[in-house]
Amino acid sequence: MRHLIEPEDFSLEEIEKVVDIGLEIYENPKAFNKICDGKILASLFFEPSTRTKFSFDSAMMRLGGNVIGFADADTSSAKKGESLADTIRVMGYYADVIVMRHPKEGAPKLASQYSSIPVINGGDGGHQHPTQTLTDLITIKKYKGTISGHSIAFCGDLKYGRTVHSLIRTLARFGTKKFALVSPEELRLPETLKRQLVDKYQVELIEVPYMEDIIDEVDIFYMTRIQKERFFNEADYLKLKNSFKLTREKLKNAKPDMIIMHPLPRVNEIAYDVDDDQRAVYFEQSEMGVFVRMALIAKLLEVGPYARS
Amino acid sequence: MLEVKGIENGIVIDHIHAGNGLKIFNLLFTDTEQPVVLLMNVKSELLGRKDIIKVENVFNVNLDLLGLIDQKITVNVIKDGRLAEKIITSVPKTIKGGMKCHNPRCITHSDDYAIPVFTLVKANGKLEYECSYCEEITVYKL
Repeated sequence: MRHLIEPEDFSLEEIEKVVDIGLEIYENPKAFNKICDGKILASLFFEPSTRTKFSFDSAMMRLGGNVIGFADADTSSAKKGESLADTIRVMGYYADVIVMRHPKEGAPKLASQYSSIPVINGGDGGHQHPTQTLTDLITIKKYKGTISGHSIAFCGDLKYGRTVHSLIRTLARFGTKKFALVSPEELRLPETLKRQLVDKYQVELIEVPYMEDIIDEVDIFYMTRIQKERFFNEADYLKLKNSFKLTREKLKNAKPDMIIMHPLPRVNEIAYDVDDDQRAVYFEQSEMGVFVRMALIAKLLEVGPYARS
Repeated sequence: MLEVKGIENGIVIDHIHAGNGLKIFNLLFTDTEQPVVLLMNVKSELLGRKDIIKVENVFNVNLDLLGLIDQKITVNVIKDGRLAEKIITSVPKTIKGGMKCHNPRCITHSDDYAIPVFTLVKANGKLEYECSYCEEITVYKL
């Protein structure tokens, strides 16, 4: 039995296969629409989510399976003080695979230690969000042909943005050697992660203060949301938020085949008029998340393309 | 000069840096019902001044925690009045129990099932340990 708690739980070959099967499903979804017939996904969301929850629900239904669960911890026994381990043990009798989101960091790992069925981490606090990483990778492969070999810049909140941390680490594992980082000083990539990237993967990190310094040179521009509550005072936030806003004007000299990605939700860091630009793929990115999650469910349940012969 | 008798059975924690003895006593021996002697500021060739703790009828002590606190500590196990074993503590590579994760959002603070294992990631000057659940770094401080 396998779990997906962090991207490192899968080898590079396994990640690439999930991405490739996700693309196959995208091309021909009908061929896969019965492979989870009779299977149940327990969707345990101890804190709110829009995309992750609904894309998992949609993924399981498109595979012919069913979904049970809750979208709010107040409607579960956690409210009565039940331990996570007990909730998870019991779920093993009701479902075949679990996806969970939890505000406490490390909660999905704890769940996996007590579960008799596969556990997928749907996000744990500011820690890990491995299926967002899979979503990012399938999007990169769909639009750029390969996972690695592209110049990439990350922009926005690089300190607390868990999607950025997971994706940078995974791309470094795939052999990407250079990353450009655009963020306010207060929201730079954490030192421990920088040290890990440099020591373990010999990665070069280029930090620049403005997106205009780098946007014309990269193949992928990955935007993230800057949250007001990350700043000590509103004045700093207001001063900085426009510097980290992507507009059509800033894109005028960017490569024509560059792609703009964003894990969503977007607030105001990408101007709405960028949505019509052919380089903007963030909504398609959300779409691809469903297909890569379908491939992941198939892998963990060992059905369809992952059925044991 | 102050004299303290040797013990027949138990452990002697020696070569504790002067000042750390009371902290170790508070961490490890406040609940014991066995006789404990804490000697402070004893002359030492190695350290100048040192602390010593003698505990009767106890043979197990959390060596990881001692290694974290002070890397020159020796633990002498005494049986029938004779030295049965001499253990020199070292910085532990992993620690289970005795340390709390520095990250307030970590599951280990709210679920009794989650007992973190800490893995040493850096020991140069600071003892930095990674939590097995949230992967945040906790710097050990006595």
